[in-house]
Amino acid sequence: MYQLLHKEKLGPDIFLYRFRASDIARYRKPGQFVIVRIHENGERIPITIADVDIEEGSITLIIQAVGKTTLQMAQMKKGDSIPTLTGPLGEPTHIEKVGRVLCVGGGIGIAPLYPAARAMKDAGNHVTSILGARSSNLIILADLMREASDDLIITTDDGTEGQKGLVTDAIRNLVDNGEEFDQCIAMGPPIMMKFVCILTEKLGIPTIVSLNPIMVDGTGMCGCCRVTVGDEVKFACIDGPEFDGHKVDFDELMARLATYRSEEKNALEGYSSHAGCRLDSMSEGGSR
Amino acid sequence: MNAKERMKIPPVDMPEQDPKERVSNLDEVPLGYTPEMAMMEAKRCIQCKTAFCIEGCPVGIDIPGFIKLIEDGDFKGAARKMKERNLLPAMCGRVCPQEEQCQLFCTIGKVRKNPCESVMIGKLERFIADWDREQGEFEQPPSVKSSGRRVAVIGAGPAGLTVAGDLVKFGHEVIVFEALHKAGGVLVYGIPEFRLPKKIVQSEVDYLEKIGVEFRYDHVIGKTIPVRKIVDDFDAVFIGTGAGLPRFMRVDGENLLGVLSANEYLTRANLMKAYDFPEADTPIVKGKKVITVGGGNVAMDCARTALRMGAERSLIVYRRAEEQMPARLEEIHHAKEEGVEFHLLQNPVRLVGDDRGWIKGAEVIKMELGEPDSSGRRRPVPIEGSEFIENTDALIVAIGNSPNPLVPNSFPDLEVTRWGGIVVNEITGQTSVPGVFAGGDIVLGAATVILAMGHGRRAARAMNLYLSSGRWVDLDSALDLSRAEVH
Repeated sequence: MYQLLHKEKLGPDIFLYRFRASDIARYRKPGQFVIVRIHENGERIPITIADVDIEEGSITLIIQAVGKTTLQMAQMKKGDSIPTLTGPLGEPTHIEKVGRVLCVGGGIGIAPLYPAARAMKDAGNHVTSILGARSSNLIILADLMREASDDLIITTDDGTEGQKGLVTDAIRNLVDNGEEFDQCIAMGPPIMMKFVCILTEKLGIPTIVSLNPIMVDGTGMCGCCRVTVGDEVKFACIDGPEFDGHKVDFDELMARLATYRSEEKNALEGYSSHAGCRLDSMSEGGSR
Repeated sequence: MNAKERMKIPPVDMPEQDPKERVSNLDEVPLGYTPEMAMMEAKRCIQCKTAFCIEGCPVGIDIPGFIKLIEDGDFKGAARKMKERNLLPAMCGRVCPQEEQCQLFCTIGKVRKNPCESVMIGKLERFIADWDREQGEFEQPPSVKSSGRRVAVIGAGPAGLTVAGDLVKFGHEVIVFEALHKAGGVLVYGIPEFRLPKKIVQSEVDYLEKIGVEFRYDHVIGKTIPVRKIVDDFDAVFIGTGAGLPRFMRVDGENLLGVLSANEYLTRANLMKAYDFPEADTPIVKGKKVITVGGGNVAMDCARTALRMGAERSLIVYRRAEEQMPARLEEIHHAKEEGVEFHLLQNPVRLVGDDRGWIKGAEVIKMELGEPDSSGRRRPVPIEGSEFIENTDALIVAIGNSPNPLVPNSFPDLEVTRWGGIVVNEITGQTSVPGVFAGGDIVLGAATVILAMGHGRRAARAMNLYLSSGRWVDLDSALDLSRAEVH
């Protein structure tokens, strides 16, 4: 069992969880994920590790409550335990000194972006970060990202914080103002990653994305997470989760994420009416 | 009763659930022998002086020995005799291909000129294991002095469980690392409830725990703990990580929604209990019509599971003919009884989707049998221009698995074959890395539960000698493994 050491609310339906998992904390590298299962009949869901504390033997996960499992997690209290936390899984982010790095995070995707940005900065790169969300209260980890970046730009769809507009508008502005980047890392909803990649491909900036397909075991056994990258089919769990964004078939990824949309909706409705809980919001993309 | 009289007794059939009823539940299909049935079946064994049946058993169970005890009504003694060689008899009695092993060599089958009329060794094994479990009495094996040696077993499937049970009985400390949240490997994620009830696997795992095996779940070795650290921290290591990498057909449309590997389909249905959705949280693709591609036991499991998940039509599409299907006859028979349709000498060449990206059909080409190929089976050859569209709501790809690359990939010194299997000494299971042994499907490719257990048995003996002598070079000759002792 893995104990919840700390939980805090970062935004509407967005929670930070710190679980005791000393082996995972010790061996995890930026970019890797865990499989979480919260009770005996629970599903196995992949969550990228946002941070670790080796001394405490803990890992940090940041999760938006959008489906039955994540809503049930939101009900957890400090001291509660979950039966499964497996990892660190997947290949780590390739970190090296390349020069000027652009980190783009959207919504909950800022959580996995943070360790990658920090590692890129620690490796001696100049890091410019763009954080985007629909509204100000959905921007998370802004202080940590500011520390991990040389420059930080915030964009919101409604203009409640930073520049009004999309992250792609901010990228275009930077480049129009003469900024040059050797590498881009984009993490967020698939639709955001898709449009960032369309733009960075035009701009000639190599781009890494972190994908979040549906998984079951997370160890290469089921093939549920297969994604098309260039002309190859890859398993995100063992070949990824990070890939060359310019080669990823995002439309297929988004379609596959919707495989169980109606079952997830039914499970959620059943749970919500049963537990009488209220959703602050429903978000696009996987409703786990 | 003399041998002649015994030979005249016809085989005792095991009662089964009615096919019409069983497709709407998950309960086991064969219902088991009563004590009277078992004693009657046991009478059919003539206690051959040279027991060829034992030669056919990968773990060398004293088959005439336990059958004699059943005939005498000494079920406890029979259970004890079986556990001398097989710690997991309830599973083997259900999933071993006995018709290719012990029962193939049985004298009675030869005399009656029909291997299907051999002594029903598998059914007797199952009977005695179930009887023993239902008594609920736990018998501690004779205690042995602790050796002070520590062994890591990677993977809690059939091979790993066998190694763990054997080594703990030799007095070693054994820790089993399992990637999933339950022990059993393919026994819990792959083989369906109606063929192997999960409570039986659990009770055999519980038995191993009681005799001192320690299980650590959610541990993906090579990720949660580096392989190098495991090798350094333990006196010996056994890798039994199985053939867990699903093969796909590599045809257009394979990433459409509603197209799944057999592993995914069965894992959702079994390990994750998708049959109980939404009580259990994991959903599964359902369809009125489901195609399973493949002709092995796994394909039969998928096609039969689809019926239980509510499919009105469940089709097996297989590129060869029925005689060439690798599935056990019993599985094919059960599938047919339940209404699975066999579409033979057909092969999907392309999958077709609708505007939402869901599969709506498979373009299938008809095949005919040509010259024999390297496997000795006549090669299926496509008939040009015979393509047609088979409509479907879901398609399961059950064309085999490759060895799981996760551990070998994180273990650079470990020698592997071209197709990713770990290279071992066949007698001892020794790999290219001193102190590290391997067995089961990670060596064999996708094979059977009992072969994996046979590997585990051999490796455990070699590991025991290695742990007590420290000898690595020429361990096989030191082991002096005669064929009569372990097969």
